[in-house]
Amino acid sequence: MAIRSTFTVPKRFQTISLALMAFGLLSIIGLWVTSGSSDDPKEQARFWASLLQNSVFFLLVVNASMFFICITTLAWGGWQMAFRRVPEAISAVVPVIGVICGAILLAIVFGDNHTIYHWTDAEHVQHDPILSHKKGFLNKPFFAIATIITIAGWSLLGYKMRQLSRKLDNEPLATLEDRKKYIFNNTVWAALFIVLFSLTVMSSIPWLWLMSIDAHWYSTMYSWYTFASTFVSGIALITLFVVFLKNNDYLEYVNNEHLHDLGKFMFAFSVFWTYLWFSQFMLIWYANIPEETIYFQPRAHGIYKGIFWLMFIINFIAPLLILMTRDAKRNYGTVALMAVLIIFGHWLDFYQMVFPAVSPNKVPNIIYDLGIALGFVGLIMFATAKALTKAPLLARNHPFVKESLIHHT
Amino acid sequence: MAKKKFIVGSFTDEAVLFPAVKKVRRAGYKLHDVFTPFPIHGLDKEMGLRDTSLHTAGFIYGITGTSTAVGFITWALTIDWAINFGGKPYFALPAWIPVTFELTVLFAAVGMVLTFCWLCQLAPFVKKDHFNPRSTDDTFVMALECTNATNEAEAQQFLQSIGATDVKVEVKETGWWLGSYANDKMRFEKN
Repeated sequence: MAIRSTFTVPKRFQTISLALMAFGLLSIIGLWVTSGSSDDPKEQARFWASLLQNSVFFLLVVNASMFFICITTLAWGGWQMAFRRVPEAISAVVPVIGVICGAILLAIVFGDNHTIYHWTDAEHVQHDPILSHKKGFLNKPFFAIATIITIAGWSLLGYKMRQLSRKLDNEPLATLEDRKKYIFNNTVWAALFIVLFSLTVMSSIPWLWLMSIDAHWYSTMYSWYTFASTFVSGIALITLFVVFLKNNDYLEYVNNEHLHDLGKFMFAFSVFWTYLWFSQFMLIWYANIPEETIYFQPRAHGIYKGIFWLMFIINFIAPLLILMTRDAKRNYGTVALMAVLIIFGHWLDFYQMVFPAVSPNKVPNIIYDLGIALGFVGLIMFATAKALTKAPLLARNHPFVKESLIHHT
Repeated sequence: MAKKKFIVGSFTDEAVLFPAVKKVRRAGYKLHDVFTPFPIHGLDKEMGLRDTSLHTAGFIYGITGTSTAVGFITWALTIDWAINFGGKPYFALPAWIPVTFELTVLFAAVGMVLTFCWLCQLAPFVKKDHFNPRSTDDTFVMALECTNATNEAEAQQFLQSIGATDVKVEVKETGWWLGSYANDKMRFEKN
């Protein structure tokens, strides 16, 4: 079989992604009509919270692809080379969703409605000792600057990493010295990305974007837990695209061995997520201090109980039992099914992070949120496929590519 | 004890060993084992060994550890000697998860090490006969078992023709120190 080195977007794929985007747009309009345009600030907040949850979740998920590239680069890993163009293409969506997400976040922070981020209400903060104490971190200018720098930083460093990879397609490296220099150069840029990533996703950004919805409450575990959530979903997304391309006769050099490793990542980080989730829960449960337990009251015992435990089953018990065996990790069907399930589960996880504070008295109609999520899925499908067509599917001149072709687990 | 005859050949190169294993199996000789200085990816598949069942054993040990921990703590803290810890319910599951986790890991780890030793017939003071001590250094050693149908001279010649050096016939007492593979039918029957 001839090697199909460049990807052309199948008609049906294009249609589906456009249809999903249209569906997402319709859901946004529907939610605007039912909630967003209402006079009640709580109802308005429900509209914005849905946009916030979806855009932040999908932004962090696509950004996890670049994190995956950078950690494997830093570790001098070679096994991912056969499909490295896939996470590269997914990370190309970061600027697109980044602009959407940044606009939504800034609109919420600078809007008049303080239901979601009640630390934006200057008068309220004055009379609230806890919030006025946190003013140095939770204030509008800092939020805006941090958000813009973060999204721009991810986009620019991601762009640089992709350029480094694509540069090789036309000009192979002649000597060993050149290759060493190339790897070193790559390592430096990947390290820069990791530093930015740890300063943002692993620490400050989830505090700002998500944890500040419950501004009185705090948990130092929160960012790691959010990171684990998005990283495992990011791996699941990469896996889905790899399986899709494999099914369409692309990526000849990717075989069961690579799929097995992706499955291991999904399995391991599902357990890692549970570890962080449980560590956060257990300490609060054990200490039983009211200002801390208030976070879990609506989630584990209140009206969000169903979503909370459903998410736990999908994100921990299902991957643990289903992905445990070697055969399951080497089966395209099982791995693809679990990838979809894991992304949905972590989307639910974000749902229960955002909504109990915004809508404490009733669980919002999740259909709208699912519709908007499908819209983002369509956007990711569309933009990733477009990015995939721009470069050959195999980074054939990379010094480590042979390591991936003979990869064996 | 009954005695068994083996035809033993040494290889100096991995690249020669792989096709040799394939040729030996295709020619229908009974491959006893291959001894290598380091683990070689894919050699087990080439030899037609079945997948190890060690991980199934590990899963069972893990489950045993989980249920031991949960069962014992539940019995101790709810039935036998119920104590009120800071107003927590007697059945305080979240507090027990760390211990349950540790016991799961402990059972799985220790159980799997012991099972591995048993599967490989390894124990303190037991000497394993692996035909050529240089297989722990720089030589790949292949041993064929002679059956009634094996023509020794022909087999020796065959081994030499596929790249083995230092080919000789060795007679060993059968016993478990040769490995329990003698009962393992699958690996000889394939192809």
